[in-house]
Amino acid sequence: MGIDRDTILKVSKLARLELKDEEIAEFSGQLSDILSYVEKINELDTDTVKPSDHIVDLKNVFRDDETGPSIKPEEIEKMAPQFEGGHIIVPKIIEGS
Amino acid sequence: MLYKYNFEELALLLERGEVRSVDIADSFLKRIQNYDKKINSFITVDEEKLYLQAEESDARRKKGGELSRYDGIPIAVKDNICTKGIKTTCASKILENFIPPYNAAVYEKLKGSGFILLGKTNMDEFAMGSTTEASFFGPSKNPYNTEKVPGGSSGGSAAAVSANLAPAAIGSDTGGSIRQPAAFCGVTGIKPTYGRVSRYGLVAFASSLDQIGTFGNCVDDAALLLSVISGYDKRDSTSIDVEVDFHPEKLRDDLNEIVIGVPDEYFKGVSEDIRNNIEGKLKELEVNGAKIEKISLKYIDYAVPVYYLIATAEASSNLARYDGIRYGYRSDAASTLDELYSKTRSEGFGKEVKRRIMLGTFSLSSGYYDAYYLKALKGRTLIIEDFKKAFSKVDVIITPTTTTTAYNLGEMINDPLQMYMSDILTISANLAGIPGISIPAGLDREGLPIGLQIMGSHFREKKIFGLAAIIEKICEPIHPEI
Amino acid sequence: MEYEPVIGLEVHVQLNTKTKIFCSCSTKFGSEPNSQTCPVCLGLPGVLPVLNREALKKGILAGMALNSRISQYSKFDRKNYFYPDLPKAYQISQFDKPICEGGYVEIEANNKKKKIGITRLHLEEDAGKSIHSEDPARNISYVDLNRTGVPLAEIVSEPDIRSGDEAYEYLQKIKSLMKYIEASDCNMEEGSLRCDVNISIRKKGASEFGEKVEIKNLNSFKAVRSAINYEIERQTRMIQYGNKIHQETRLWDADKNETYGMRSKEDAHDYRYFPDPDLAPVILDSAFIDEVKKELPELPDEKRERFIAQYNLPQYDAGVLTSIKQLAQYFESVVEKGADPKKASNWIMSELLGKIDDAEKIDAFPVTAEMLAGLLKLIKNNTISGKIAKKVFDEMIKTGKDAETIVEEKGLKQVTDTAEIGSMIDRVIENNPKSVEDYKNGTKKALGFLVGQVMKESKGKANPQMVNEILVKKLN
Repeated sequence: MGIDRDTILKVSKLARLELKDEEIAEFSGQLSDILSYVEKINELDTDTVKPSDHIVDLKNVFRDDETGPSIKPEEIEKMAPQFEGGHIIVPKIIEGS
Repeated sequence: MLYKYNFEELALLLERGEVRSVDIADSFLKRIQNYDKKINSFITVDEEKLYLQAEESDARRKKGGELSRYDGIPIAVKDNICTKGIKTTCASKILENFIPPYNAAVYEKLKGSGFILLGKTNMDEFAMGSTTEASFFGPSKNPYNTEKVPGGSSGGSAAAVSANLAPAAIGSDTGGSIRQPAAFCGVTGIKPTYGRVSRYGLVAFASSLDQIGTFGNCVDDAALLLSVISGYDKRDSTSIDVEVDFHPEKLRDDLNEIVIGVPDEYFKGVSEDIRNNIEGKLKELEVNGAKIEKISLKYIDYAVPVYYLIATAEASSNLARYDGIRYGYRSDAASTLDELYSKTRSEGFGKEVKRRIMLGTFSLSSGYYDAYYLKALKGRTLIIEDFKKAFSKVDVIITPTTTTTAYNLGEMINDPLQMYMSDILTISANLAGIPGISIPAGLDREGLPIGLQIMGSHFREKKIFGLAAIIEKICEPIHPEI
Repeated sequence: MEYEPVIGLEVHVQLNTKTKIFCSCSTKFGSEPNSQTCPVCLGLPGVLPVLNREALKKGILAGMALNSRISQYSKFDRKNYFYPDLPKAYQISQFDKPICEGGYVEIEANNKKKKIGITRLHLEEDAGKSIHSEDPARNISYVDLNRTGVPLAEIVSEPDIRSGDEAYEYLQKIKSLMKYIEASDCNMEEGSLRCDVNISIRKKGASEFGEKVEIKNLNSFKAVRSAINYEIERQTRMIQYGNKIHQETRLWDADKNETYGMRSKEDAHDYRYFPDPDLAPVILDSAFIDEVKKELPELPDEKRERFIAQYNLPQYDAGVLTSIKQLAQYFESVVEKGADPKKASNWIMSELLGKIDDAEKIDAFPVTAEMLAGLLKLIKNNTISGKIAKKVFDEMIKTGKDAETIVEEKGLKQVTDTAEIGSMIDRVIENNPKSVEDYKNGTKKALGFLVGQVMKESKGKANPQMVNEILVKKLN
């Protein structure tokens, strides 16, 4: 299946990626090729097959409800690009965005 | 010439007091200073910290008391493994100056056994690639021919070990990212069983496929290093509590007791030199008592599509946290929140990463989930069953590690589909979670290394390493001219 | 044309575990911003989640309290979206295999009993908090990540609710249940309970659903009721004028008492749910579930019915006493220590509840169950009158001393000696000739006055019934 420009724009918005026009064109072509290739999986008969979302026999992995050490706000300040009054700063969040 | 020695040799010298940790550090540092400009295998080498660690090791040794045999030996660590207080960049602009406030579980274990950090190695950005050309810090080169790629994504670690810039190294393998560069660079590379090594502190690419593994110049070294970093970790819900039973002392096997499976499908499209080499080794093993049995792994053609759908889907989610808000690069061209996200991520990520995020986002998106992602999960089940069936008949499976030897720089990077397809021989092991080792089996007519891959069933590292140690003996020793 | 509202509520309840759902940070409320985070809940590169067993248990108990089926197989999924207070840019939640499915709660609204169905209950992690700057010169928001990772149970009701009152009662019931099993404080003002409303209108008797409107930004149970009432009216009016209802999200304005549409159109989110590869599935066998069930206390409805039957209490009393588990326990202790249930119930409702801020903390109340039983006994055997007992009760609260001691110390014993009462009455009759005459002339009120005077004489200690009897005898 081909991935057209519209789909690229929609997907890039979902992924919060801003693509330049050349990139949109390039990705459109490459992703279409890749998709056509991965569509090979349609040849597989998977009607009676269960999906594997884990490969090891994992189940019931828990931890106890005991407190452990937290990071100090100063450590967060060191990492955060903008930090003020104990808070991480971002451009204003507008409802609905 | 300390940089030429393996772990046992270094350990002995340290034990006898003939050499100090500082001397070993010196030896490798000089080597790095002389050659890494050409190879570009390291992103970060903190000389001051290295000497500090070496001096501390020497002090510990002088004091006496209980000490690991390998206390004071420096190790290179792939730059997607968190080292507290030391830059961990994942070879990406978006983490260019990121200093983690915590240590990865494997790094804690390394330190606990007295190993010291030589430096953080170059890689494909966020482990996405097969050539280490997709690095924000420029490509690494193959020590056998610097016009060729070292493989990827753990190309830096593989090249460093190959060029004797490090005695051994830690890498990560999601679709072959240890085994393939090991093959290209003529060193031993191991991807353990999924769940054997804690992923806590490994910057995630594809959570159900990622595993941390090791590089060494011989099977013993790679196996030893793996035994050090293996073990149950309660901070990783996918960590399995299983005995670490493959310490090199325990690795001796008898060829007469081994049934080796050889799948025809894994020899299709493989270059002549590689095929001849591997087939030659198999014949020799047979002569020496091993049983060779033809098996079929018929789903190999679906492995790459299944892998790329699952890996990119998980990656698109794992990389969504890079937004410039709590850490990492933040675009200064952003005035709204929306712009903060999209400009930071667009400026901070390289092309391959963006491509995979797009593919992954697409295959998870509404309307496409069933046909792509869910279908791939089912395909994965078929591949897992395929291996289960095979291992009911044979103990191990031997294949070439790659279809060709190292590519030229620039050859693959603009053809993503070709690059993805080139992972075909390594990828299934990640999908099934089984362990795999690649050992250097010789050179091709161009003088480039050939890798021989041995795969085993879950948690049977001991068996495949034992066999690898035997095969190692019948392979011609190779080193790059460097 | 008659229309009926079709309402479903989505309630998020913060589980009161000590630590967060996937890491060991404290869940304490009100700490310094960004002081309760760790690499895991901060979403640093390389971190992994591990499920808090206690959160799972509380989720299961909550499901049991809602009469839900506990799933033998459930898993966690990633809900992917971008928001500054969501560090990983995905919320670990449960999509298609929640821990509990089905169930119901019983409510009573407008004197009608009704079952409200529960669709499901699932576990997920909370996000952080963002505050938007009021300063127009600075277009910024402040993010505090203390709350990210706190365990939430999301409870989705069937669209069985038909009015604001029913919604209100439903919320009260959820709160009561969650407090009974000690899973959550359910305090909407503190954020440990959040509620979104889904409401549509359809013609009465129709089976199809109308377009759904989602209402958010509700800060109290009363606001939920008001918002629903407002919205019912708004939607009904719209339809009556021939306008169509569009699916949208509206916010409640608590000042203006109305809902308003959001300024910008919210694109339908594509959350791209997929199973979280970092977490193991939860596979529960009946042995595990039975173990957890042992910790399920007697629930409020059950307890109320039992109180009615066992203690012969009226519905109302039983309802009040069982509304809070600790109060019910207190009541039963008082009865156990010998008090008459109806008397104990009356006293608790009329005298005790008014003197306590938070009935949940009744164990810290200075008058223990045993002490109250003691006080009631003194009333029963006429040692003190009811009126005096109130004074004694106040003293008990103030001093912590038991009733007998206080009565002794203050000499408050009731006077029941006929002769003593007789002489007091004589004195009063002598001093109040006018009232006596009024009484003899038929003014009933005068009797009350005279009784009051005797009580005053005795400093309240005379047994009022006896005073009455003897006075009447003497007057006639």
